[in-house]
Parts: sequence; C-alpha cells; structure tokens
Amino acid sequence: MAINWFKYSSPASFYPLAGKLIPYFAVLAAVLTVIGLYLGFFVAPTDYKQGEGYRIMFIHVPAAWMSMFIYLVMAVYAGLGLVFNTRLSSLMASALAPTGALFTFLALWTGSMWGKPMWGTWWVWDARLTSELILLFLYIGFMSLKAAIDDPRRAARASGLLAIIGAINVPIIYKSVEWWNTLHQGASISITSGTSMEATMLTTLLVMSFAFWMYAIAVALVRVRCEILEAEGDTEWVAAELSSRR
Amino acid sequence: MNWGSASEFFAMGGYAFYVWGSYGVTALFLVLEVVFLMARKRTITQRLGRRIRMRIEVNNEAQT
Repeated sequence: MAINWFKYSSPASFYPLAGKLIPYFAVLAAVLTVIGLYLGFFVAPTDYKQGEGYRIMFIHVPAAWMSMFIYLVMAVYAGLGLVFNTRLSSLMASALAPTGALFTFLALWTGSMWGKPMWGTWWVWDARLTSELILLFLYIGFMSLKAAIDDPRRAARASGLLAIIGAINVPIIYKSVEWWNTLHQGASISITSGTSMEATMLTTLLVMSFAFWMYAIAVALVRVRCEILEAEGDTEWVAAELSSRR
Repeated sequence: MNWGSASEFFAMGGYAFYVWGSYGVTALFLVLEVVFLMARKRTITQRLGRRIRMRIEVNNEAQT
C-alpha cells in the first residue's frame, strides 16, 4: 500500500486526519494510565532500600524520558521545516514545545520530591539536574523566540535553528550520569546491559511511559489543529471545514 | 497487595508528602494543560466562525 506522505504535509489534509486520530490516542493514554497506576501502587512491591518512596519513579522516569524525546521530535520537525519549507512541520514543532516543557518541569519537580527524602536535598547543581534545567530553558527560549517575531516564516526559521542547535543538550543529559560525578543514580534500564530492576517495576515503568507518550501525541495533535486554524484562518478550506461541522 | 488498610495506603510508608506531592502535581498539570487547550480551541473556532458568517453575509448583500 503506497501512502503519499506529502499529501499530509499540507495543513488542509492533515487537519481532518489529526481530528480523527485524537480520540484513539486519548483513550489509549487514559487506559494505560489506569493500568499503570494500578500496577504502580498495588502490584509493584515495596523497594528494599527506598521503601514506598521509590514509587515516584513511575512518573519521574517517564516524564524525564518524554522531556528528551519530545525535544528530539520537535528538533526533527524544525529541521524538516527548514529543509523542505513545509508549513506543517514548523506548526508541529510549535505544538510539541509546551507539552515538552511541561514534562521537563514535571521531571524536575518529581525529581526534587524524590531527592529530598533520599539524598537529603531538593536540588544540587550537578550535571544531570543542571542539563535538564537547561532543557526547560531551551523549550521556553524556543517558544518565546517564535512568539517574539511577527513574520511567521522568519519566526519559524529562527526558532527552528534554536531547536536544532539545542538538540545537542539531549545526549548530554542522557550521558551526564556517566560523564560526571553526580548524586543522580545511573540508568536503571540500558540498551546494552539490560535492566537492574524487578520485573513488575519495569513493566509499570514501561506502561506509564507509553501512557505519557500517548498523552503527548493526543495533546500535540489538538494543539497543532489550533495552530493550523490560527495560521490558515482566512482560507476557503477552513471556512468549509468549520461550517460543515454545524 | 501492598497495603493492609486505606490509611496505610495514604501514608505511603512515611513518604506521603513526597509521593502524593509528585503524583498530585503531575495529575494537576496534565489536567490543566488539557483544560486550557480545550478553551483555546473553543475560542479560535468561535472567532473564526463569526468571521466566516460575516463574510457570507457581506457576499449575500453584494449579490442582491
């Protein structure tokens, strides 16, 4: 089956497609969250070292993963926008930024709530925490730069460049626990050496990660529809789309 | 099952503040994001709807 992907790079054909996809991702996110919370609180056992406090991990790690993953996806869309000059790409990048910033904030917040009882401090200026904070500033910088430039094409180009350059920070965050001495523990799951975790804990972590992932897609699709309407408000297809729903 | 009673569940082995502080704030922010986004969507569609109706009326008057 051949799909013409370029067809969906046009806002007019992507708008209704996104509208059809949103309910599926929203339902998946809700179902996975319920399963994940059940596993996280009622199935996963008490940690022998950290007691019940370790359960923060089930949202802290997925939030941190999503904060980095969303940034990379955003940078790829920004790059596609710069190379192919497709309008939808830069709209997708804008749609992802607030959700990415939110997950970055939540990773920092839950990390702080976990650090206080386990390390004895809310915050340290070490490599992992500082580079994650820089990620939050990159998201905020991307959104402010885009909002500060009136001409949408120039705004997309400038903020796109910022997104791509900032992507260098993501591998730094990921590797920071190996490169520098830090309070933060090393990766619990590794592609090369497998996992150091109990099986139900790992399952819970993965279910919660998928829940956050599906949530992020659903929210980004709703937001990109808003961005599309704002960018193309005066076109014929928007008029047809909006009046056909009445 | 990890918990003998509901109060034991809410106490989280002494980590109640940290565990519920994490889960609570995460839930709150995710819900708020959805609420704000729905409001934004509604504002945009209402504004555009008004503009489209206005354009149709102007066109109709021009034709008569």
